[in-house]
Amino acid sequence: MAEKINLKIDNIAVNIDEGSTILEAAQKINIRIPTLCYHEDLCVAGNCRVCMVEQVGSDRLIPSCAMPVSEGMEIMTNSLKVRSARKQVVELLVSEHRAECTRCYKNGKCELQDLSSEYIVGENGYIDLIPLKGYSIDNFSPSIIKDDSKCIRCQRCVRTCNELQNIGALSVAYKGEHMKISSFYEKPMYEVVCTNCGQCINRCPTGALTEKTYFDEVWSALNSEKKHVVVQTAPAVRIALGEALGMPVGEIVTGKLVAALRRLGFNSVLDTDFTADLTIIEEGNELLQRLKKVLVDGDTSVKLPLTTSCSPGWVKFIEHAFPEYLENVSTAKSPQQMFGALAKTFYAKKIGVEPENMVSISVMPCTAKKYEADRPEMRSSGYKDVDYVLTTRELALMIKQAGIDFSSLPDDEYDSIMGESSGAAVIFGATGGVMEAALRTAYEVVTGREVPFKNLNITAVRGMEDVKEATIKIENVLPEWSFLEGAELKTCVAHGLSNAKKVMEAVRDGKAEYHFIEIMACPGGCLGGGGQPIPTSLAIRKQRSKAIYEEDSLKPIRKSHENPEVIHIYEEFLKEPLGEKSHELLHTHYTKRNRY
Amino acid sequence: MTAVKQLVKGLAEQHGRNEESLLPILQGIVSQEQHISEDAMVEVARELNISAAQVYGTATFYSFLHTKPLGKFVIRVCKTITCMMHGKNQIIKELETVLKINLGETTHDGKFTLLETNCLGQCHKGPAMLINDKPYTQLTPEKVREIIMMYRHEEVRAN
Amino acid sequence: MKKKHLQRLDLIFKNEHDTEAILEKTFKRSNDDVINDLISSGLKGRGGAGFPTGLKWKLASEEETEVKYVICNADEGEPGTFKDREILSSVPHKVLAGMAVCARIIGAKKGFIYLRGEYLFLKPQLLEAIDKFHSLLDEMKVDFRVEIFLGSGAYICGEESALFESMEGKRGEPRNKPPFPTAQGYKDKPTVINNVETLAHTYSIFKYGPEKFRDLGIQDSRGSKVFSVSGDTPVPGIYELEFGMSLQKFVDDFADGDAKAVQVGGASGFCVPRKRFDKTVIGYQGKLRGTSLPTGGSMMIFNSSRSMYNVLHNYLDFFVEESCGQCTPCRVGTQQLLLGVEAVKKGEQPSSYLDKLMDLAEAMRITAKCGLGQSVANSFSSIVENFKEEMIY
Repeated sequence: MAEKINLKIDNIAVNIDEGSTILEAAQKINIRIPTLCYHEDLCVAGNCRVCMVEQVGSDRLIPSCAMPVSEGMEIMTNSLKVRSARKQVVELLVSEHRAECTRCYKNGKCELQDLSSEYIVGENGYIDLIPLKGYSIDNFSPSIIKDDSKCIRCQRCVRTCNELQNIGALSVAYKGEHMKISSFYEKPMYEVVCTNCGQCINRCPTGALTEKTYFDEVWSALNSEKKHVVVQTAPAVRIALGEALGMPVGEIVTGKLVAALRRLGFNSVLDTDFTADLTIIEEGNELLQRLKKVLVDGDTSVKLPLTTSCSPGWVKFIEHAFPEYLENVSTAKSPQQMFGALAKTFYAKKIGVEPENMVSISVMPCTAKKYEADRPEMRSSGYKDVDYVLTTRELALMIKQAGIDFSSLPDDEYDSIMGESSGAAVIFGATGGVMEAALRTAYEVVTGREVPFKNLNITAVRGMEDVKEATIKIENVLPEWSFLEGAELKTCVAHGLSNAKKVMEAVRDGKAEYHFIEIMACPGGCLGGGGQPIPTSLAIRKQRSKAIYEEDSLKPIRKSHENPEVIHIYEEFLKEPLGEKSHELLHTHYTKRNRY
Repeated sequence: MTAVKQLVKGLAEQHGRNEESLLPILQGIVSQEQHISEDAMVEVARELNISAAQVYGTATFYSFLHTKPLGKFVIRVCKTITCMMHGKNQIIKELETVLKINLGETTHDGKFTLLETNCLGQCHKGPAMLINDKPYTQLTPEKVREIIMMYRHEEVRAN
Repeated sequence: MKKKHLQRLDLIFKNEHDTEAILEKTFKRSNDDVINDLISSGLKGRGGAGFPTGLKWKLASEEETEVKYVICNADEGEPGTFKDREILSSVPHKVLAGMAVCARIIGAKKGFIYLRGEYLFLKPQLLEAIDKFHSLLDEMKVDFRVEIFLGSGAYICGEESALFESMEGKRGEPRNKPPFPTAQGYKDKPTVINNVETLAHTYSIFKYGPEKFRDLGIQDSRGSKVFSVSGDTPVPGIYELEFGMSLQKFVDDFADGDAKAVQVGGASGFCVPRKRFDKTVIGYQGKLRGTSLPTGGSMMIFNSSRSMYNVLHNYLDFFVEESCGQCTPCRVGTQQLLLGVEAVKKGEQPSSYLDKLMDLAEAMRITAKCGLGQSVANSFSSIVENFKEEMIY
């Protein structure tokens, strides 16, 4: 057990584990010390110098985020010296920041703005450095906008990109006055190894990194009489949207979400969860087919392990980092893109709308989805399958703009056809969810029985552990699946791209033998996606996760293959999983990209 | 294999393929090519299994690791206070005249680049400059002209 | 009355070659004895910060780790300092001997000399000295090797933790402390990092005993110190002098008779105006009358023809460029100080803006992450305070 340390902060005694920081000790007694470069998901940098505190008897101030507690320490967090130094640090940051707050997307949600209002950084500030710097904005990416003029060099994005995600798209470059956050050779983000995961956006304290917004385009579509606007909502939106609209973390707002979308004027309010169920059917069958080809036919051209493909951040990551494994990625499109392809074909026909008059919108917890929708492959309908992708945050803003009091909205329900979903689809939003959903279906297909877990809850693949493994023994199979009798299906679940990288390296080095791997680019899965409400933390992600599994447990249907609309679409339109129509609309291919 | 690939591979073999070798490898590239090109950085990233952005971030931190092409002879004139007091500006002016370039530029033939640098540790013998690795001290405009002549002649002889 | 000159010493540069004897002698003694000698000699770090050398070695020796390192900091980048270059080119064997003793005491098998890129021309002769040294170690069956690691033009890498980062292939950005190098230094292993001159002094201490060293200097500043003298002086160069001299004496001996200020300790040091020459003593902080100024040995003399605005501008330019850029006070503060003095000089800001800049410099001193940002205030405040008119008109 860790040794306990006694210290005093602002004359209040604290007793805390050895190795804790002063900041943690202060948090323990509810003293708030302002921070900027600190983020609990990331390693300590100690470079913004906002969290400086005074140690009694010491001349210089110390950074509370980086300084470990020691016995008998006496800390002042609000002395005159501290206040004055802190104010100067904030003033310095403001002087290198393009403080055009009223014109900024992050207006009202900017940590530097909060601090400068708290410390009343007034007229007598320092010389504005912005006119001297000649900044330009990188807005070439369909997902991410990087505006260096708003950057305060806290390096949260760099730590996110390199430690949390292990992508290495961002780095610190140059030194002194020229020091900046840069991609390789200062190329646009669009041209480097960036996966568009948006985790940097989630952790940027200012407006230096934001998603590219499309709500203006969506508003135009909604106001066009000729257009039929279809919207789909991803599983993780319904458990996080409330946060951005003043509701508590982990509130399930599915009904209000639907009601709000109707009020905004969307003509069809549909659910990505429907195609999540469809993904399970397609991907589950792909897995079984691959197993058969490998185990029975001895076909060496078929690759195992199979990895999921619903996370576009992961897809772009593997295209860059492990291009030799592209054939291991499921060819099934992501639920968003399956939805898009069906919206302008099957659905358009059903409701009698010409596809060219249909505008297909998705609301996603994700910034990489914007890039995914822009991929040239994603035009199976003959049109752009998904026209515009909104993040959870953008939708929240639209709801505010429309003057809707979100929390008082009555619950509403999705339109039918492509609006029905199972609990298995809901859990797509959490790490391990796709695996659990796939197992619920695949096991039953093969054995004719439900998965042998209480209430269908496969808890081994749930939770926030970095990498989860589960082995399922398959016994007493149906005759057509006899080759799987007694087989042990080895599965692995990873979330966050640094964990993904670990898993893929283990596979590459022959250290892991899996059949099926679920990978989500973002920590916690989609619920921690780059388009979700800010801030994020492990505690917040756990709350959202809890909400997702609760939503699952409340669903009358818990298994994808039991979704009546899914059954219906196969009967009426797709005919069979992996069939001709599926190949045309629901499957895709991948592109080898530069490693560096 | 391209020349730069070959060069980086050789340096990686010489110094080892770990992060501690990054600076020595980058220095090796500079001593051959005077600067580290985009391609070279990609090769370094590949050899050391680190991100190209990291290579770029490290390279741009150090003022002797240039990422833009430089001349064969890089002249770095010390601009720190005591060299300045002893006539650094006249030295720069003379070099600009002799080389027919401005500070920060490279001659058209790609032979010389003229830069300023921070303290060279020759303060008692200022003004001072480095041409590639070699220090020249107690400079006067006449001396500078002679030095540049010498480099030009050596070049001619070498050819 | 004839002026009494400062006593010149010839310890460091003395032509003597007793590495083998010194190693034999120290290796026979217990680690504690050797460390105690160092501690009692009063030797403090000669890079400028002045940490007691014996204590540093002791802390590293107490770490229970298999792998440890000894690093000689030869990233001499402080404007006005050139003594380490001279030591490395004339008595490198003394530095190496000091490294070997340190390695033995702390239990290191590997040492590095971090040589600044600007001194690349020293590398061949230094390699030669290292080869010779390695042969001696082989004869004596000592398992220790020294390598040269070359810098690439970054002043901040003289800061010890930035130096480690640089050796690890990263940007030279100083780390948070604690942990200190003696616990977690290069590659997070316990590391003793000493300045070139410090190591050379250990040679003399081990050879002649701690008393001889201790007898030199005053109170908290013992021994001799190598000074780099430049600026407005008829005799620029390198001088080994006793610690604790008054600045007035120094000026009498070295300046051109018209000195208006001396910058002690380089751009990151203090500017002392004429009126304070006799009240200033060169040495580490201690119980002295007047002001005591620590220094890495840089002494830049300015006579009355010099504009102190230009001097300050040159220093600030230097810091704006050489700040690593990671922490706010240093990255932005240096730019604001530079732009601020320019604006006052041009009349774009009132002279009272200098007060705001003085406050800023003080804030930098107490909030910056490393010695660079913290010490910008030294030259800024001392120049602005003493030469305010020159800043405005």
